[in-house]
Amino acid sequence: MSRFRILGRSVAAMAIVALFAVAGARADEAPRVVTISAKRFEFAPNQLTLKKGETVTLKVTSEDVKHGFFSRQLHIDADLTPGQTVEVPLTPSAAGTFTIICDHFCGAQHGNMKLTVVVE
Amino acid sequence: MPQPVDRRQFMKIAGTSLGIGALFKVSALASPESAHIQRLLGKKNGEAPTPFSFVQLSDTHVGFEGPPNPLGTKAFERAVEMINSLPEAPELVLFTGDLTHDSEKPGEHADRMRLFRKIAGGLRAPLIHYVPGEHDAALDGGALFRDALGDTSYSFDHRGVHFVALDNVSAGKPRVGPAQLDWLRKDLARFPTTAPIVLFTHRPLFDLRPDWEWFTGDGDQVLEAIAPYENVTVLYGHIHREHVHTEGHATHYAARSLIFAFPDPAAGVPKKPLPFDSDKPFQNLGVRAVTEASGHPQVHEVELTLREYSGTVGIQQILKEGESL
Repeated sequence: MSRFRILGRSVAAMAIVALFAVAGARADEAPRVVTISAKRFEFAPNQLTLKKGETVTLKVTSEDVKHGFFSRQLHIDADLTPGQTVEVPLTPSAAGTFTIICDHFCGAQHGNMKLTVVVE
Repeated sequence: MPQPVDRRQFMKIAGTSLGIGALFKVSALASPESAHIQRLLGKKNGEAPTPFSFVQLSDTHVGFEGPPNPLGTKAFERAVEMINSLPEAPELVLFTGDLTHDSEKPGEHADRMRLFRKIAGGLRAPLIHYVPGEHDAALDGGALFRDALGDTSYSFDHRGVHFVALDNVSAGKPRVGPAQLDWLRKDLARFPTTAPIVLFTHRPLFDLRPDWEWFTGDGDQVLEAIAPYENVTVLYGHIHREHVHTEGHATHYAARSLIFAFPDPAAGVPKKPLPFDSDKPFQNLGVRAVTEASGHPQVHEVELTLREYSGTVGIQQILKEGESL
């Protein structure tokens, strides 16, 4: 019995260690990275699907001129300088469909430059 | 010591039919209270408010070509004719941006600015003032605008009313910027809070529809700067449709465009120009006539829909020979 008890305790201890190991791995795990390119007059990709509460890093690069990367609802306001990559952390707290726009005027079709974020 | 007088007690409003709409004239009441307020403001500001009228025009987009308006500058030209035909000419015309449609072909944007100035030059108004829109000034930081029309932000006084032109486009982003905010605060500081103030700019200063870029990033700081003032009217364009918004003492009025209209932002539809209706070519376009007196400005829309231009026959009349839609 005592042998089984000891074994049982060991298994339990191993399980606890394993749990901590998993938790530790999650805490240290880098957020998912989504690469986005900006050029007149589009973002690529122009649609993202994220999970509510999921932290992602948006790596956004302008390929031509100055652009903006803005969403009031998602609390995003970044300036995109050509050739520089900007990292935008995002953890959506609510489900829904949101729009990120270019808010740095970049030409006649500037008003069409947007990225739709669907949060499930 | 005189008791404070409610501003509504020293105004009288009368509407006049002009055949193409109505122009409201506002005049001071012949009462001791009214005269007293005018005297006080005159003493403080150097000039007592006296009645006059002015017109706001917006978003002419000279150079725009496309299905939303195949008539180009026709509505703008018609607005100039209409203003010139008012029985009582306005003393001032304000343009609230997007005078031209941008172009990256060498020289083309400057040509469009020249055409804008030529058409606007036909206005028989003693004073004309302008602010830029993003299509005028965002790609070159306002250089073309300044060469053609002067500073992008400034202020002036007219008949006891303080006018402030704010630039929220030249930075590229919807932003006024710290330097202009400092200037605004200093500019307003010399006025009593009762002073009538008209602030004109291109983009809305509040969050009307940020995902349509209908906002100004630091607009809240402008609103904070004007908050102490009791008689503030903000005139803006950009959204190509009417809109009235009140925040604190300030009332914000959007003017219609003279090129095409955008849909109702609350209608749940995409931001696309409303389609051109050949039977009603100037539908949803327009000018805003504003009449000012000693106190609070009053605003009334004047429709730019004229019977003689309605219907396809009417359109043919205003097209050049051989020109087609």
